[in-house]
Amino acid sequence: MLESSWPLLSLLIWLPILGAVVVLALGDDREEQGRIVALGTAALTFLFSLGLITGFQSGTAAMQFVELRSWVEALNVNYHLGVDGISMPLVVLTTFSTLLVLIASWRRITVKPALFQACFLMLNGIMVGVFSALDAILFYVFFEVMLVPMFLLIGIWGGANRIYATIKFFLYTFIGSVMMLVALVYLQFQAGGSFHILDFYGLDLPLNAQIWLFIAFLMAFAIKVPMWPVHTWLPDAHVQAPTGGSVILAAIMLKIGGYGFVRFSLPVVPEASMTLDWLMIALSLIAVVYIGLVAMMQQDMKKLIAYSSIAHMGFVTLGFFIIFAIADRTGGSGMLLALEGGMVQMISHGFISAAMFLCVGVLYDRMHTREMAHYGGVAHRMPVFAGFFVLFAMANAGLPGTSGFVGEFMVILAAFQANFWYAFAAATTLILGAAYTLWMVRRVMYGEVTSDDVAKLEDVDRRELLVLAVLAAAVLWLGLYPAPLIEIMEPSLENLLEIVAAGL
Amino acid sequence: MKTIYLLIVLFPLVGALIAGLLGSRIGREGAHWVTSLSVGISFALSLLVLIGLMAGWVQPFNGTVYTWMVSEGIRFEVGFLVDNLSAMMMTVVTFVSLMVHVYTIGYMSHDEENWPAGSLAGVNAYQRFFSYIALFTFAMLMLVMSNNFLQLFFAWEAVGLVSYLLIGFWFNRPTAVFANLKAFLVNRAGDFGLLLGIGAVLFYFGSLDYVEVFAAAEADPDRTMSIFGGAEWKVVTVAGILLFIGAMGKSAQAPLHVWLPDSMEGPTPISALIHAATMVTAGIFLVARMSPLYELSEVALSFILVIGAFTAFFMGLIGLVQNDIKRVVAYSTLSQLGYMVVALGVSAYAAGVFHLMTHAFFKALLFLGAGSVIIAMHHKQDMREMGGLKQYMPVTYWTMLLGTLALIGFPGFSGFFSKDAIIEAVHASDRAGAGFAYLMVLLGVFVTALYSFRLFFMVFHGEGRMDHHTREHLQESPRVVTVPLILLAVPSVLIGLFTIGPMVFGGFFDGAIFVHRANDVLAYLGQDYTGPFGFIAHGFVTPPLYLAAAGVATAWFLYIKRPDLPPVIQSRLRPLHAVLENKYGFDDLYIKGVAGGSRALGGFFSRVTDARLIDGLLVNGTARSIGWAAGVMRRLQTGYLYHYAFVMIIGLVVMLTWFVFGAR
Repeated sequence: MLESSWPLLSLLIWLPILGAVVVLALGDDREEQGRIVALGTAALTFLFSLGLITGFQSGTAAMQFVELRSWVEALNVNYHLGVDGISMPLVVLTTFSTLLVLIASWRRITVKPALFQACFLMLNGIMVGVFSALDAILFYVFFEVMLVPMFLLIGIWGGANRIYATIKFFLYTFIGSVMMLVALVYLQFQAGGSFHILDFYGLDLPLNAQIWLFIAFLMAFAIKVPMWPVHTWLPDAHVQAPTGGSVILAAIMLKIGGYGFVRFSLPVVPEASMTLDWLMIALSLIAVVYIGLVAMMQQDMKKLIAYSSIAHMGFVTLGFFIIFAIADRTGGSGMLLALEGGMVQMISHGFISAAMFLCVGVLYDRMHTREMAHYGGVAHRMPVFAGFFVLFAMANAGLPGTSGFVGEFMVILAAFQANFWYAFAAATTLILGAAYTLWMVRRVMYGEVTSDDVAKLEDVDRRELLVLAVLAAAVLWLGLYPAPLIEIMEPSLENLLEIVAAGL
Repeated sequence: MKTIYLLIVLFPLVGALIAGLLGSRIGREGAHWVTSLSVGISFALSLLVLIGLMAGWVQPFNGTVYTWMVSEGIRFEVGFLVDNLSAMMMTVVTFVSLMVHVYTIGYMSHDEENWPAGSLAGVNAYQRFFSYIALFTFAMLMLVMSNNFLQLFFAWEAVGLVSYLLIGFWFNRPTAVFANLKAFLVNRAGDFGLLLGIGAVLFYFGSLDYVEVFAAAEADPDRTMSIFGGAEWKVVTVAGILLFIGAMGKSAQAPLHVWLPDSMEGPTPISALIHAATMVTAGIFLVARMSPLYELSEVALSFILVIGAFTAFFMGLIGLVQNDIKRVVAYSTLSQLGYMVVALGVSAYAAGVFHLMTHAFFKALLFLGAGSVIIAMHHKQDMREMGGLKQYMPVTYWTMLLGTLALIGFPGFSGFFSKDAIIEAVHASDRAGAGFAYLMVLLGVFVTALYSFRLFFMVFHGEGRMDHHTREHLQESPRVVTVPLILLAVPSVLIGLFTIGPMVFGGFFDGAIFVHRANDVLAYLGQDYTGPFGFIAHGFVTPPLYLAAAGVATAWFLYIKRPDLPPVIQSRLRPLHAVLENKYGFDDLYIKGVAGGSRALGGFFSRVTDARLIDGLLVNGTARSIGWAAGVMRRLQTGYLYHYAFVMIIGLVVMLTWFVFGAR
């Protein structure tokens, strides 16, 4: 393990939380200062998180930037942090998204602005904690606490039906995580009293115990991803959430589900993962096809993007759980391609879903409606915005050259190695994804200007332009040159495959 | 050399970026100059490369530009393969593109009239248009210069994207935004096949690099895979057909042809560039490039042959009943693409690519000529409102005539050589389906001549049927429009004469296109080849020439001599006419059947499974049950201490009992 000379990960967790406290202390009366502090903290956190990239040693699967302190000695719970090639990109994605959200919602919120900003800062710190915790209990704490700011975000700044959505969101995700706690405690017993996550790897557990553990983890992570049929909280939550909440929800929180599968399910209970891979593959393909069809029928832009998120996350879980079927057929080659595809898809979806929700936010701020029927001909009034919108829509439809293509391409190629029909079903996204996304483009952007409200629309201002341009750059960068990202991930994923193979 | 190849692709890209991002700063002039110049430089360099390759002072190039990513040791790269095949394509693409750039200056000069008042998107539309066509040129060059499947797919979708943007260029028109969505989705259906084909290639041949894949396939050509149950298929057959499905989408082969006629909603210059000369021929290029793979599978080639033959004849037939001038040319394009595909199907790849080249020139000419007519007609496209335009537009008239003669295969014109080579090749082939294909391409010759001269006579001869206002303003188009017509007319007439020898019967494509000796119909035909004039002479003793002449005569009789007859024939043959009008029902099947069906399914999933079953029954149902249980439990909480004490004691007893007797 590579110890770091100074606690960078702690900084990334506690700096934004400290910032949140300051913003809250300043209160709504000193809103202007509060906003500056919030933005400054987020910017600083993002800058520090770049240190993870520059200081990261690729070529090793070891945990890096490790911090280890005793926390609850009686229970052998430690404050134990570290990142590898799997979690590091997700940490940076978190700080990046938070900064963008704070820029995008600059002066947009009039109700309790201090709490609003503080929620995002807290989320930032907590989610970095989720991705970098190496102690199971620490992970669990971050995992649970994360719900609170998001609960507040939807509950206070949400739309008309926000109470139903918050309760649904909270219960769904809470029920999932309670199951996980039981699993973690059980594993601690098996691991000789250690809560260190890496100590859970390679335990010699009987298959039926593994299956119960797998199900417990599945409850926690499948709901987060979300996978069919536990997905229905997501469209409701998105529709009710304010723009920034949607961005964080889609860009980061869903990834925690995917992250959980690679951090826990696959390495801790490999045999159960293999036994139940048919279920995971089936649910993933249902997400792609079934949810793709559902997305086509949406009238509300946010709902459409929410369903599209579920379909895209289907590629993540497909990539993760198809590896056993690939191994069966090829004896090993192609497994890494599948895992990497799933991971790249997570990062890419972080950019694209953030961009899509921000685009809807830009429109919502002006028109106060998300119904596509109220739009039409927007491109006549907002040509610059239309350019971005079409770019992100194309990325969402998986156009090569954008990040949306990379992960899907890798997973489909890998799926072919497992079974022609898996690849066949997965590849329908080429048609379905284009159908629902471009259908939205057509209805919202193209056509004649349909209403007086549309006729009065103003194009993006400088702040919006900045946010969209940064995301566009990210989407294109990852689409045109994914090599660096894969280089960072590969050793850790290779190591993961070794752990999985050893456990079978 | 790599630098030169990079410059060839990067010039149009940079031109596109400048015109697109800085459009408002550099203005209209700046935009058309920067893009035309950049494409012009690309053309000059491409021509240089082609000449160099032919003269021998440039060697074929196959190298990597950059590594997109490495996964598991498999390299996914962006790189160039420049040999005679790609150099020829590069030259054709950049030449036609350059002509279209120049032409667009005239065609789009009054584009502001096409935008609604107050549309901010209309302000820089002119610059945007140039940006798009330059971007298209970049993407198309990347496609033909690729040395691997990844980049092929990239460019494949990129040209599709630009096509989408350009078909929907006037996006205030509902028909345009319908057509571009349709085009994108149908192309995606093709790309679905292409992607799976690439999956098959990677899985079975372990690489995405063309040369490595061909070598791997050659090394083990009889490898099989199972798809349905136990039946074993040859891998090359499955991969070949899947890849060809991609080609069917892009090259608009039945049944994935439906998007091309609708794509005519786009401005005419792009119909010429994208939907006639270049992008739609990508599928032909793909199969030719993959010839080492396809040569290993008779089944895949027969499949290709039958699809092409069907398209060549039946799509031509629809052209007979169209009245929109651009749609006639569009159906003609479908039919001609069918001819090219037929050539591929009988392993006469060189003949297919040769027809691709000649067709690029004369079809671009016909589209641009049609566009010139449309300018004169104030953007009316219905041929029933035209007639007698010959006297007003001499340059357009004569160049269109040359293009039409090239299309129908007038002896000595470029189309004659390429089409006859294909027909002869089909005749000589003994591949399964060749008999059917031969019949189709022969009948197609008659149909081609008939619809071509129907168009020609209806537009340029006879009585003028336009309204008074239009007639008064009829005039020849400006020089930026007519000069490209003339420049395209030259190769339309002459290029076949000079290139049939090396390209079809010579060794021009050696090393780029590979044909098994047993399949090589062109080599067989080449034994009797004595030169272009001998080929022309031979043409007089084969049926196509007479079929074409009969087609022209029929058109003359029906549209010049007895213009009263067509309506009579139409009413007599109403059922047949209706079938053609409905385009054999493909559109209805897709729109009502496929699109409607998926929407119905989506609606069912959304309203029934998601809303009622999952949310209604499971989620909210659980909530309701818990609510009910809570109601019951609440009644137990009476607030009396002795009740609680009683429950506690009971509980304690139960637990103790369980500990003592239960857990042994």
